Amino acid sequence: MITRLDDKDLKRQSRRQLLKLAPVAVLGVFAVPKVSGRLVAAGVRFSDWTSDALFRSQHLAQTFSNSEVAPFEKFPYNGYDVLDPEVDLEKWTLTVEGDVRHPGEYTLAQVQALPKISQNTRHICVEGWDVIGSFGGTRISDFLRLVEANTGANFLEVECADDYYESIDMASALHPQSLLCYEMYGQPLDRKHGAPLRLQMPTKLGYKQAKYLDTIRVTNVLKPDKTGYWEDQGYSWFGGL
Amino acid sequence: MANEDPNDEPNNEAQNEDKKDAAQEPAPVAESCAMEVTEIKAETAAEPAPVEPAAKGEGPELVRAAYEHPLAIRITHWVNAISLFVMVTSGLRIFRAFPSFGPKIPQQDLLDVPKALTLGGWLGGALQWHFTFMWFFVASGLVYVAYQVVSGHYRTMLFMPRDIRGVWPMARHYFLFGPRPPASGQYNPLQKLAYTSTIGLGALSLLTGIVLYKPAQFSWLAFLFGGFHLTRGWHFFAMCGFLAFIPGHLIMVLLHGWSNFFSMLSGWKREPEYQE
Repeated sequence: MITRLDDKDLKRQSRRQLLKLAPVAVLGVFAVPKVSGRLVAAGVRFSDWTSDALFRSQHLAQTFSNSEVAPFEKFPYNGYDVLDPEVDLEKWTLTVEGDVRHPGEYTLAQVQALPKISQNTRHICVEGWDVIGSFGGTRISDFLRLVEANTGANFLEVECADDYYESIDMASALHPQSLLCYEMYGQPLDRKHGAPLRLQMPTKLGYKQAKYLDTIRVTNVLKPDKTGYWEDQGYSWFGGL
Repeated sequence: MANEDPNDEPNNEAQNEDKKDAAQEPAPVAESCAMEVTEIKAETAAEPAPVEPAAKGEGPELVRAAYEHPLAIRITHWVNAISLFVMVTSGLRIFRAFPSFGPKIPQQDLLDVPKALTLGGWLGGALQWHFTFMWFFVASGLVYVAYQVVSGHYRTMLFMPRDIRGVWPMARHYFLFGPRPPASGQYNPLQKLAYTSTIGLGALSLLTGIVLYKPAQFSWLAFLFGGFHLTRGWHFFAMCGFLAFIPGHLIMVLLHGWSNFFSMLSGWKREPEYQE
C-alpha cells in the first residue's frame, strides 16, 4: 500500500527499521576464522545431542533381500591407514575391560558361541556412498551380557590392531542390529574387512564400524581428545543414522 | 526484537492519535491487498492518491513510499541468505568427497567442483558447517513460512493459479524485450513464481536432508524419496534449484537499483513502481 510522507520522515523510518535488523549481524562472528572453528564444532555437538535424543533404540534399520545385496567385489575396502595390520589370527583374543564383571581375554570361539545374527543392511559412508552388504555376527548386547557388563554405563570404547579407536553410546551398542561381526557374505571376515572381528551397526556411519577389534571397554567417561580417530579431527561423534 | 513500538511513529499532530494503531505494522490484512498501510499524514491520506508530490510551497514535499517488508521477513531473508550460502558451499565440499550418484565401485565422478567454491577445507570441516547452519537454515525457513501464513502477508508473494496467465508476458518482457506489463501489486507473476518455488526447494532440501542425516530413524521418509541412495540425488537437485534462482534474483536486484535493494534492509521502498 502506497503511502506519502515527507522525505525526513521516510529517512527516519528507514533508519529505525534498518537498526532493527542489527541482531542478524551477530552471524558475522562466523566470518572470524579463529572463532568459527569452535562455533561449528559446538554446532555439531548440538546436532549430536539432538541425534542422541531422536535415536529410537528398538527401531530397526531397513533390511534387504539377498538379491538386493551388492556383490562382494563391489563392497569397498576402506581404511584410514593400512588395510591389513597383519593380525595373528591364531593367537588373537579380544580384551574386555572397564565396567564389567568378567574382564579378560575372550577367544573368537567364545564370541561365535553366542547366537548368530545374519543381516543384509545398508552401509553408509560419511563421504556419501552407500552399499548394501551381508553381515553375520553376534549381537553386541549378547556379548555384553556374557561378560556381565554394566549396560547402564554410558559408552563402549574399542581399540583396534591398527591403532584406530572408536567409542559409541550404549544405546546404539545395545541396538538389536548392532553386531560384533565375524562374517561377510557367509564367509569369515577377510583381513582387509577387519578380520577377525569388527563392529557392524546399520544405525551408524561407516567410520564408527571399527575393524580388527583388539579391546572393548565399558566406561562412563571418555577422554575428551580420544573419542574416535576421525571424531578427534572433527567428525560428528554420534555419527548416527 | 519487538516488532514495532509506538516511538516509531513520527511525531504528528494530536488529531492523528486515533490513527496510531492502524499506522503500526503489521496491519490486519483486509481484502485482497496484504501490504501494510502506514499513514503518516492524515490529511494527505484522505486525498485521492496523487502520483506527484504536493505542489511546491504548500507544506513539506511528500514522497511516495511503501512499507514492503515487515521485520520478520527481513530478518528471515538475511539469515536464510547467509545460511543458504554456507549450506551450498559446504555442501559442495561434502560432494567433493564422493562426486557421484552411482556405486562406489566402480566410481564414476560426475564433476569436479573447484575447491575455491567450497567451504570447510576438508570433508569433516564442511560437515561441521553444514550441521551447524542447517539449524539456521531450517529455523529461518520455518519462521518465514509461519509469519507469512499467520500475518496473511503471503498474499503478496504466493503464486496462485490466477497468476499463471501473467507469467508469459512478464518472461517476454524480461528475456525477449517485450513490452512491460503494467505493475499490479508488490510482485509480478514471475516473481511470485520464483519466490514460491524457493519455498518448495527449501522444503525439499529439508526433507531430503533429514533422510540423508537420519535414514534409519526416518526410514518412512527415506522410503518416500525412493531410499537413501536416490535421496542424495534429490538433495543435490534442490541445491541446483537454488543455484538457478540465486543468479536471476541477484541480477534483478542489481537492475532494480538501490531503492529496491535497500527495502529489504529497511522495509521501506521509496517511489515504488506500482500504484496502491
